[in-house]
Amino acid sequence: MSADTIQRYSTQERLNHWVVAICFILLAASGLALFHPAFFFLNNLLGGGTWARILHPFIGVVMFVSFLGLMARLRADNRITAADRQWMRQYRDVLANREDRLPEVGRFNGGQKYLFWLMAALLLLLLVSGVLVWQPWFAPYFPVWAVRLAAVVHAVSAFLLIAGLIVHIYAALWVKGSVRAMTRGTVSAPWVQKHHPAWLRQIKGGNK
Amino acid sequence: MPLQSLDITRRSATTTPSPGERQTMEVAKLIDVSKCIGCKACQVACMEWNDTRDEIGTNTGVYDNPRDLTEASWTVMRYSEVELEPNRLEWLIRKDGCMHCADPGCLKACPAPGAIVQYGNGIVDFHEENCIGCGYCISGCPFDIPRISKKDGKVYKCTLCSDRVAVGLEPACIKTCPTGALVFGSKEDMVRHANERIADLNQRGYRNAGLYDPPGVGGTHVMYVLQHADKPEIYHGLPKDPHISPLVSLWKGVAKPIASLGLGVMALVGFFHYVTVGPNEVEESGEE
Amino acid sequence: MTNHWVDIKNANVVMVMGGNAAEAHPCGFKWVTEAKAHNHAKFIVVDPRFTRSAAMADFYAPIRTGTDIAFLGGVINYLLGHDKIQHEYVTAYTDASFIVRADYQFGDGLFSGYNPEKRNYDKSTWMYELGPDGYATVDPTLQHPRCVFSLMKAHYARYTPEVVSNICGTPTADFLKVCETIATTAVPDRTLTILYALGWTQHSTGSQMIRTAAMLQLLLGNVGMAGGGVNALRGHSNIQGLTDLGLLSNLLPGYMTLPGEKEADYQAYIDKRAIKPLRPGQLSYWQNYPKFHVSLMKAWWGDAATKENNWCYDWLPKLDKVYDVLQVFDLMHQGKMNGYFCQGFNPLAAFPNKAKIGGALAKLKYLVVIDPLATDTSCFWENHAEFNEVDTAKIKTEVFRLPSTCFAEEDGSLTNSGRWLQWHWKGANPPGEAKPDAEIMAGLFLRLRDLYRKEGGAFPDPILNLTWAHKIPLAPSPEELAREYNGRALADLADPKDPTKVALKAGQQLDGFAQLKDDGSTACGCWIFSGAWTEKGNAMARRDNADPSGLGNTLGWAFSWPANRRILYNRASADPAGKPWDPNRKLIGWDGVKWAGADVPDFKADVPPGDPMSPFIMNPEGVARLFAVDKMAEGPFPEHYEPFETPIDTNPLHPKVVSNPAARVFRNDLEAFGKAKDFPYAGTTYRLTEHFHYWTKHVKLSAILQPEQFVEIGEELAKEKGIKAGDRVTVRSNRGHIKAVAVVTKRLKMLTSNGRKIHHVGIPIHWGFKGIAKNGYIANTLTPFVGDANVQTPEFKSFLVDIEKA
Repeated sequence: MSADTIQRYSTQERLNHWVVAICFILLAASGLALFHPAFFFLNNLLGGGTWARILHPFIGVVMFVSFLGLMARLRADNRITAADRQWMRQYRDVLANREDRLPEVGRFNGGQKYLFWLMAALLLLLLVSGVLVWQPWFAPYFPVWAVRLAAVVHAVSAFLLIAGLIVHIYAALWVKGSVRAMTRGTVSAPWVQKHHPAWLRQIKGGNK
Repeated sequence: MPLQSLDITRRSATTTPSPGERQTMEVAKLIDVSKCIGCKACQVACMEWNDTRDEIGTNTGVYDNPRDLTEASWTVMRYSEVELEPNRLEWLIRKDGCMHCADPGCLKACPAPGAIVQYGNGIVDFHEENCIGCGYCISGCPFDIPRISKKDGKVYKCTLCSDRVAVGLEPACIKTCPTGALVFGSKEDMVRHANERIADLNQRGYRNAGLYDPPGVGGTHVMYVLQHADKPEIYHGLPKDPHISPLVSLWKGVAKPIASLGLGVMALVGFFHYVTVGPNEVEESGEE
Repeated sequence: MTNHWVDIKNANVVMVMGGNAAEAHPCGFKWVTEAKAHNHAKFIVVDPRFTRSAAMADFYAPIRTGTDIAFLGGVINYLLGHDKIQHEYVTAYTDASFIVRADYQFGDGLFSGYNPEKRNYDKSTWMYELGPDGYATVDPTLQHPRCVFSLMKAHYARYTPEVVSNICGTPTADFLKVCETIATTAVPDRTLTILYALGWTQHSTGSQMIRTAAMLQLLLGNVGMAGGGVNALRGHSNIQGLTDLGLLSNLLPGYMTLPGEKEADYQAYIDKRAIKPLRPGQLSYWQNYPKFHVSLMKAWWGDAATKENNWCYDWLPKLDKVYDVLQVFDLMHQGKMNGYFCQGFNPLAAFPNKAKIGGALAKLKYLVVIDPLATDTSCFWENHAEFNEVDTAKIKTEVFRLPSTCFAEEDGSLTNSGRWLQWHWKGANPPGEAKPDAEIMAGLFLRLRDLYRKEGGAFPDPILNLTWAHKIPLAPSPEELAREYNGRALADLADPKDPTKVALKAGQQLDGFAQLKDDGSTACGCWIFSGAWTEKGNAMARRDNADPSGLGNTLGWAFSWPANRRILYNRASADPAGKPWDPNRKLIGWDGVKWAGADVPDFKADVPPGDPMSPFIMNPEGVARLFAVDKMAEGPFPEHYEPFETPIDTNPLHPKVVSNPAARVFRNDLEAFGKAKDFPYAGTTYRLTEHFHYWTKHVKLSAILQPEQFVEIGEELAKEKGIKAGDRVTVRSNRGHIKAVAVVTKRLKMLTSNGRKIHHVGIPIHWGFKGIAKNGYIANTLTPFVGDANVQTPEFKSFLVDIEKA
């Protein structure tokens, strides 16, 4: 590892992230397909409507469990601080690329942290509501009002999750170097200096 | 299997018009509860015509058997012992099954294109070969009718014998009903017949006799003559004012376009942000 | 039925009592709904249970099982007391005016002539007073103290509403409401129809219950009327045909009777049956008995039956007693029978006291079962654990099972309750080795005949000479059999109006029973069916539903015995002057030469109105009998007797005579009766719409609809016993027990009778140890081995049980 190359994500973290990510892609595609006819063709990603219906909930469980793994690994670095709240308040500076005006960011910035916890909450809602509408295994055991409510909760949660992940994916594409961080695991020191200066100081300090 | 293809009014998960050139008469089945002896001949006729066979179950302390609708029993008799006045017992026997709503909640909820259709004659039919088994129709239905098959994961319910009706026959249950409690014809004629029956019931002291054709679901193509139309719930829980649940309307109504649009807009906003603001890069770095 | 199914639609009041038409006759019940919908008919149901029929009724009244005579007797008392009878009809068309012998008596529950040792009556006093001319004496003013009307009035005066309510448990107000509704039909232009079935026949007083109903209808002037009558709803599609063809052990075809052992003399046999008129000018149609009888003998034995040998009279068995099913199984149980042929009959399940029936079958050397199904009877020797606990190793009976066809697998005629013979065509070929019953019988007969030919035997003549003119001797065709029961001319028959002309040539099919002769020139297998297959062809296969009168008498549809007549006694639908009581339901009228109209007249067609000849032409009186003379075993007026197992331990009318004094009780069965202190609840068995007897437990669709054995109890009893719906319960009688699921219902209400709380336990019969429905106990494990005093139909409807959680 060269001096200015920093390990941002371990192999386990990357694998775990991509399991969650792949699950998300499949779930979002099949979920949207079941949500609106315009997206019905997306079912083909899972082998057609019936396969999509069969697989979607299982993939959902996989996603939830994987996300628990991600939480175990990254929970500590996602603690929200006063700086994060300040960071969020300055979203205009974030969007306008004025990072220098923002509070110093650690391993994860405020947006990443809030998204992390939002995902955690939405995935829990999706899991619970998903079980309620899961045919044919569980849905028949719940009263129809609960199933109806669950369907709405599931849809709303999924909408928020997809919306959040659109932000997440866009951010990854927008902030150059992020994709490499999650594919190769490493980032350059200047990249860290620019986006996560506090984290750099922490690593350096740790290395001493 | 349906025989119609040119007189489809509505088709599930389809946003464009369905083939509807052929004009057909609106039909209805009228169930006169005051004439129904609960013999279950219609249950047999239904299983025979549709070649379904339910399980040989158990007795659970009531006459109702099979105990509930299933993928093989598309209609069941529901027996209620009611004493509205002391010592004047009434044994109300209601044939339960799909009501073929004008505004079908199942169709509204269904995500699989063409798995549920509504014909011009009003029949709401499931095309199981398009069904993906998600069960949304079950939560969409205000009458708790569709049932998922344990064998094939598809959902089944009364077809109002769309295959028979398409070739000019009455549904199998109608043909077999020994007392004339079940009749079938144009909805207009059925309403007229119902009014005759209601007049007879009024004259026999059933002041609240009436027709059950609930407007909350746009009316139904299976209607009941009830001795006590003011209290449909005494007929084994027949809903008093059925309508598609607001949750289902929200989920499969406004939410659908708004959410889809919302996601699209978000993606676009990202794209335009990129185009306008540009990438967030570490300037001096040689990041390849 | 005196009337027919379609005719129910003409009724103004429909009463279902002693039956459950909606449950057991759902197809025929459509005519009740039709009467309600289009004739504004009121529908009333009287039953121990709130049945599926009651669910359709305008009014339902509960009754304790087995007390129907008290109820109906009370109605008669009400009608007489409130003067709600059709006077002109009663005076002209019933024996109300006939004067009864002075030595006739009724007191303390017994009629004159009772012999307590033999448990039967010397009925000689149950007769009209005859004048010097040999005719019965009458008092048309109905004032004579011994005229039938006066005696009847006195007899039923005891049946006050309070007495009725005390015996029947029916609330007085409910009883009176039924009376009022029935009474509305006493006017000439309104009719009541009474529909009954096994709920009346299956009592030790069953025949008398039906008679009480008939009396009621006569007082109201409803017999012979469209929309009236006393209508037996037969349980099996062809059980009417069974009785018509004389399959009961004491009958010959067409309700002729076998001789008794004291009737060795042919002429005495005929004279007793060819009854002379009891009033001047009456037709007394049974005077033609010799024509029917000789023609039957010619049909059976052809040329061997001659005037010289009294038409083979000596070949007929002479009965020492009636060999009804109870008698046969009692004899079998005593070890007095070696073999038994059981054709289309499942006695182990269908007859009372299963332990006795099974024990009896085990004493046989052989049992032959002819049936489309593997019946419980044919497997009585199999151990099916709790459902049939037998020690197979100890049963030596050899069982032969001969598979027969089901009705849909053969052509033939079925006779429905309305006496219509309807031809039907085979719908499918029988499976496997199954053969039509006629072929099975032919095979047995031909082998037996060969044995008699080769080996002789004690009495070969009736077998060797039996007519067997079938194209394929091993397979008599339904068409051949039908032509045989219609009858044919054996010689040229002269036209009665012009003796120089030939009406029928030898060999031609008869037009009807009017052509029958007692000189051996005609042969007829069943006189009442004559006309069913004439030279014009098969009348039973006709399907013209034209109904010009609108009364539903479709004379071109099938064939209705007798003579294609749809409503029996239809001459009584018009007054003595020939004017219809109700112009809207005119059945027949006098056209100046003869009677004609919407029905075939039940009368001598050329006898004009005003003639003394009365409408009930089969009776020597010419009128209908309110007083049954000597025709019934237990008395000329129906009297309420308790079931042999009564929950009130007494008969409130006459505590010394509790149950039917003339009913036959076999010695060991008396001990098998239970008492109310041990078995406090009134058990009653019945059928469900979803099933047919013990057949449909073999049918998947029926098994799906009613899969498992259950018993029904009311909420009060369930509470007392801590039983909840769906619990398994044990029901015991003094003869055994069954276990079943409990259905707890509001439809069985507690009644109060003679100061006691009466709970009914309802026991549907359809389960057993064979078939694809969930196996169960045979309900007739519980029922008592005693029958109606006249026809020995077992008392399945009223017995005592106890119930507890299993």
